[in-house]
Amino acid sequence: MSAAQVMGRRPFKPSRVITYALLLVVAVFYLLPIYVIAVTAFKSFVEVSHTTPWQLPSAPSLAAFGDALTTLAPSFVNSVLLVVPATLLSALLGSLNGYVLSKWRFRGADLVFTLLLFGMFIPYQSILLPLVLVLQKFQLYGGIPGLILTHVVYGIPITTLIFRNYYAAVPTEVIEAARIDGASVLGIYRHVLLPISMPGFVVVLIWQFTSIWNEFLFAVTLTLPDQWPITVALNGLAGSLLAHYEIQMAGALLTALPPLVIYIVLGRYFIRGLLAGALKG
Amino acid sequence: MSSKWTRREFVKTTGTAAGALVLGGAFAEFLAACAGSTTTTTGGGNLEIFSWWTAGGEADGLAEMFKIYTQKYPSVKIVNAAVAGGAGSNAKAVLATRMQGGKPPDSFQVHAGQELISTWVKADKMEPITSIWKSEGWDSVIPQDLKTIVSKGSDVWSVPVNVHRGNALWVNLAKAGSAITPGTGNNLDNFLSALGKAKTAGIQAPLALGSKGNWQVTMLLENNIVAVGGADFYRGLFNGKSSWTDNNVKQALTYIKSMLNYVNADHPTIDWDQAAGRVQAGTSVGTIMGDWAKGYFTANNWKPDTDFTGIASPGTEKTYMIVCDTFGLPKGAPDRDNAINWIKVCGSEAGQAAFNPKKGSIPARTDVPASIFDSIAQRFIGEFKTDSLTPSIAHGSAAPEAFASGVNDEMGQFVQKKDVNASTANLAKLADQFLK
Amino acid sequence: MAVAATRERPVPGRSLGSFSWDRFTPFVLIAPSIVLIAVFVYVFIGYTAFISTTKWYGIAPDYTPAGLSQYIDLFGLPRFQADVSNTVEFTILFLIACIVLGFGAAVLLDQRVRGTILFQNVYLFPLAISFVVTGTVWRWIFNPNFGINLLLDEVHLGFLKSPWLADTRTALYGLVIAAAWQMSGFCMAMFLAGLRAIPEELREAARVDGASEGRIFLRVILPLMRPITLSAIIILGHISLKIFDLVYVMTSGGPGFATDMPSLYMWVAVFRQNLYGRGAAIAMVLLLMVALLIVPYLIWSLRQEVER
Repeated sequence: MSAAQVMGRRPFKPSRVITYALLLVVAVFYLLPIYVIAVTAFKSFVEVSHTTPWQLPSAPSLAAFGDALTTLAPSFVNSVLLVVPATLLSALLGSLNGYVLSKWRFRGADLVFTLLLFGMFIPYQSILLPLVLVLQKFQLYGGIPGLILTHVVYGIPITTLIFRNYYAAVPTEVIEAARIDGASVLGIYRHVLLPISMPGFVVVLIWQFTSIWNEFLFAVTLTLPDQWPITVALNGLAGSLLAHYEIQMAGALLTALPPLVIYIVLGRYFIRGLLAGALKG
Repeated sequence: MSSKWTRREFVKTTGTAAGALVLGGAFAEFLAACAGSTTTTTGGGNLEIFSWWTAGGEADGLAEMFKIYTQKYPSVKIVNAAVAGGAGSNAKAVLATRMQGGKPPDSFQVHAGQELISTWVKADKMEPITSIWKSEGWDSVIPQDLKTIVSKGSDVWSVPVNVHRGNALWVNLAKAGSAITPGTGNNLDNFLSALGKAKTAGIQAPLALGSKGNWQVTMLLENNIVAVGGADFYRGLFNGKSSWTDNNVKQALTYIKSMLNYVNADHPTIDWDQAAGRVQAGTSVGTIMGDWAKGYFTANNWKPDTDFTGIASPGTEKTYMIVCDTFGLPKGAPDRDNAINWIKVCGSEAGQAAFNPKKGSIPARTDVPASIFDSIAQRFIGEFKTDSLTPSIAHGSAAPEAFASGVNDEMGQFVQKKDVNASTANLAKLADQFLK
Repeated sequence: MAVAATRERPVPGRSLGSFSWDRFTPFVLIAPSIVLIAVFVYVFIGYTAFISTTKWYGIAPDYTPAGLSQYIDLFGLPRFQADVSNTVEFTILFLIACIVLGFGAAVLLDQRVRGTILFQNVYLFPLAISFVVTGTVWRWIFNPNFGINLLLDEVHLGFLKSPWLADTRTALYGLVIAAAWQMSGFCMAMFLAGLRAIPEELREAARVDGASEGRIFLRVILPLMRPITLSAIIILGHISLKIFDLVYVMTSGGPGFATDMPSLYMWVAVFRQNLYGRGAAIAMVLLLMVALLIVPYLIWSLRQEVER
């Protein structure tokens, strides 16, 4: 039952036309602002104006991209060093937590889950100061490692949430079957849940990668200049007084590329029915 | 069962291995970071300068001062810790966390006056620079009024690098013609009638305003108070000598209300630079804004005094509303000697001559040759020497930021509700809360 | 995946009488998270709560007790009153917009037409762009003179024009649209993952039983989306309550206080006005609002799962 088989057999249906039409309308909505960003990025400083956002550039130039790149390039590495470990670690933690909280109903599991979730709502501006003080105590203030720790910690609630609800739909029969076979707690995780976790991981990875990559407040407050992630550099492109919108837009497009690549790569993993395959075995 | 999982297991293991590699790499960094946290170059040490000058003329001006510093002290490594954000919004947050977390930079940009004094000095985080001021002989080149603004009691707390003018009216010369005149004719009533004439002549919104963030309207308020009540009355508002419920304040607000009849309807969605854009496009005749507007026009290829000009905002001739950036000496600066030298460079003639033309402001020192500046700046330099200097509310000099922020909020309300009495009462309340 | 995910006590797998350290593995696995959250969230919340009862104004910490005066002052401020009502209105509209748009897009994509992957990526693209830039762009788009109103005129949809961000009555809607534009792609991803995880066998079985596509949708698919909707509401809710960058860049809370939000005010209070006590009080009020609204919903939803 592959998608290709299904698609090959489909005859022409009016409902498909409606589907396409709707998909296109929605796509226009999503693309409109991106059009403005792109068009602005190719304009010169003098041409950019809030009065002509829709106009195509009269003499398209890559100058803005060049300017943006020179500023952004040094912090690109910092961002990569930040995002990859932070995303993977928080996804792993979330997956384990989700597993435990959905499959092992010890007393208070729901309370623990609620308490973990509540952590998502804490406003970051209000905890900046104690956070800085704690990080300083552990010599982690000012660099990427401290930022990784911060993002892993504050990512726990949301990754746990996604995985817990994802695993909740896995029937207990599968778990019990594994237990009867003598699997340990971790063994069940490794052999039963992990293989079918891909869609869950896709969602979590998309979210965490984007959030951490684009996050600004922690990035600017917790790191010192030589370890700034790319969002701080992007912010700097705007300038404080006289805004160079074209450079900012170009920079935004460049900064958006890595997450976009992740979406394209991971998008293939929206595969249906992995568990159905496992049940058949 | 085990054979069925083999392929999946393989994928997972390689994935884990890849992850471990990255994590391992990150961990190595982590250990290295823990081990050696300070990076000092031999001999000179560092100089970390914190500001919000990240782009354009501001960044260029800062770079010029760095050059001068490096010429004098070549072994010092300069770290440019600039953080962008409109008028320093982000930078202030970062600075606050750093200062409280015990990691001050060597020096940081701060507006002259209350922004420094009621925040950092009050919290005992700064060292006075009175002795540097004396040894460099700045008394003879920096106006006394300005020195008063950066001092508290007998201590001087920061050195002014540049001076922007807050009370300025910028006009599109082609559109304005003779309608707007400097000199004795420059008062609020004439201004309003000139706006009225422009509107009848077909210009829908002759006065351009960009009020996103509301501080631009606060600038209108402070300029109008000076126009109506005079510089002394204005200054008195901050030391208790004048009252915020005085009729002068009400008048100032009423004038704003009248001006609002001539502004563009989309002003809450645009900022000062887009308002300046309207002036350049000719859809408005003028805008009241600080002299960084000049930087906008010149960056967009307009010539001073040919395409546009700047005069004192209506009714405020002979007064200079200063918006001034300064640098101070934090306590516990990691490289204190380097920081002291930086302060000296900031206050030096060479430093200010290098910085200001690029920044678009005029020097705080009166001995920098005016010929390196454009014609409008030259006029302003002349006026700066003789005008009465008043501190700006909107730009951190006159009052603690808690007050300024509250005024911004109130001006945002005033623009919507236009209730002169309510706003006056609220301003007085704010004054009671924060100016006592 | 079967529908009835009933949860019972785990069946002891080993033979009776043998002790296994494995019983503690679940706790060991979850312990690091509990510790980290306890410190980085709850201790910090305690700290914030404490600060909200002090007079702290200025850079230097000032722990002079102020009782509840910070809160009393706060609720007397027109700005904060506007904040509270704005955030409630914004959250509701934003949630509805994202879920409707996200679920709708997911359903469309699940139809397996050609080019699904392309559309998928287009819908996700906004998520990748930083809030600061989207705020700027939407500010231009919602400028009543030059933005989308111009386009609407050209496509003869002029009746849809509005003062958008320039008017206190319509500004919030502009904010909702911009925020939904950015985040609904993620909702779509979540719903799509959920839709794709429903085994074809389930739908086939229903079809064999004679159910129409519409009934299958209502009776089989929609109920299965409930845990995902819960996740979506919580995730979107927390974004909505903490939204800062977008508002700051798009409107700075204006015109007037029409789009001001508690997190924006907290930022101004703490980092511009140095009113740390007031900022802490705002944070606590936000958390309280969450506790009163989200937590009961969460508990209700968790109970629902057990009953099923």
